[in-house]
Amino acid sequence: MDSLKSREILELLSNDSRTSAETIAGMLGLAPSQVKSEIDRFEQEGIIKHYGSTIDWEKAGIEKIVAFVDIDVVPAREVGFDAIALRIAKHPEVKHAWLVSGGCDLSIMVEANSLKEVANFVAEKIATIDGVTGTNTHFLLRKYKEDNVLFGDLEPDSRLVVSP
Amino acid sequence: MNKDNSNPQTFKGLSKTAAELPQSGIRRFFDIASQMKNVISLGVGEPDFPTPWTVREAAIYSIEKGQTTYTSNLGLIELRREISKHGMKRYQVEYNPETEILVTTGVAQGLDLVARALLDPGDEVLIPEPCFVSYKPCVSLAGGVPVPIETTCENNFQVSVESLEAKVTPRTKAVLIGHPSNPTGAALQRKTLEEIVDFACRHGLYIISDEIYDRLTYDGEHVMVASLPNAFDRTITLNGFSKTYAMTGWRIGYACAPANILHTMMKIHSYTMLSAPTPGQKAALEAMRRGEKYAIAMAAEYKRRRNLIVDGFNAMGLDCPMPGGAFYAFPSIRATGLSSEQFAEQLLYSQQVAVVPGNAFGLGGEGHVRCSYATDASLIKKALERIELFVDSLPGVSKKNDLRETSDQLV
Repeated sequence: MDSLKSREILELLSNDSRTSAETIAGMLGLAPSQVKSEIDRFEQEGIIKHYGSTIDWEKAGIEKIVAFVDIDVVPAREVGFDAIALRIAKHPEVKHAWLVSGGCDLSIMVEANSLKEVANFVAEKIATIDGVTGTNTHFLLRKYKEDNVLFGDLEPDSRLVVSP
Repeated sequence: MNKDNSNPQTFKGLSKTAAELPQSGIRRFFDIASQMKNVISLGVGEPDFPTPWTVREAAIYSIEKGQTTYTSNLGLIELRREISKHGMKRYQVEYNPETEILVTTGVAQGLDLVARALLDPGDEVLIPEPCFVSYKPCVSLAGGVPVPIETTCENNFQVSVESLEAKVTPRTKAVLIGHPSNPTGAALQRKTLEEIVDFACRHGLYIISDEIYDRLTYDGEHVMVASLPNAFDRTITLNGFSKTYAMTGWRIGYACAPANILHTMMKIHSYTMLSAPTPGQKAALEAMRRGEKYAIAMAAEYKRRRNLIVDGFNAMGLDCPMPGGAFYAFPSIRATGLSSEQFAEQLLYSQQVAVVPGNAFGLGGEGHVRCSYATDASLIKKALERIELFVDSLPGVSKKNDLRETSDQLV
């Protein structure tokens, strides 16, 4: 399959992972079986990592505590930041982990059930790692947008039902 | 207050021209559909995307800064310069921003201005149909006589010179074309356009070219009429921001024409409109400066939906040519034995899908319905399922083999 079509399949799925292979096929002028086998390939090769959904937990009445933690790290010989980064990222509490430029080295997002749980996790499992020289924790107060979706009220479709 | 004293019979009639204007065929369907629940509308003639935020944000800022006065009659010079640059870059057509570009309140107003600038009472304008619903009324209101020219699905809605020649008279003043077309989605081929230009030259006619959908051209490049040899001096190009940048409600368009024509249009504009809305012009300026990537992304999405909807119609046994542009599919519904209006009405009542009957767009439209794919792909899918249920309930439509799977087996 040409790489432009492959890319379009990925873009469509990243936008809505429930878009069916039939729909994608129709949109891209491909056969459904072609699209299915390409998606299979993406999954097998780990190009598509995971299918999730974007949830407004607050609206669902479920409390989740989210914190962003900036971490300063002394890079280790031979492995650089990777060893420490992976050591941190493997905790299930860590939802995202990135190496970034700027004021800190690693930036992670932690999700837990209470402030205390986050604080304990950072103090006991992150700050104590050899090579971590500092942490700075920011608690999330309100989500405005996630995965390219605005939270809060949708802009209504105010178009006339039929127009010239 | 004095209502009771007034005898209606003492009033004189309203303008004959205005009174005789037919109501748009779209109106009736709007009235029915807007009363119904659970309607999926493929009847909407505008983008479903909101205006890109950068554009909205720029307009808000301009209002905060108090930029709410009139602009020059011609429109903001910065905007005209951007329009000029765009024409140069994209089509190698050079319009002088000082004298050859006029910012209008949408193509609709541009059309009205051209008609009034060109026509004396009784002058005729050749209009290939099916076409946008405003063309004929604008000509009539300017005192002109619209002369419809039928184009057909069998001919991909291309205009033949023979059909133009057959209707040309000493009173013919102009040809009015819209391409890519609302409602057919047909993009006119270069050869067709060149023939129209030759024809106009032979008879000394103006060409009014509505190119509002130019950036929604999916196969190959849009051909701007004014870029063709011998066309510039006799062509008035109408365009705008509504479709490319999803800015319908801002009401900003523009007209480009040689200075003598544009000057006359500007005179009319200066008395009847003064200037296009200033916040809208600021928004349009932002769209030209920073909106390109959004325009490209929206066009790519329309193209994908086009494939989906055309595929769907053909699979259910309704012949649907692949439209080259705009965001309308124009399937033939002749296989159902129904007229366009019967089809649209029965579909709306039985399956709650709104489409527009093709006959609302003039000659050549009967036997078709216009289906807008400026609608989310998942809704298009749902609409197609409902239309298929409706078509299956009618006698006589035979489904084709699913072309996709057939081609698949060959791969």
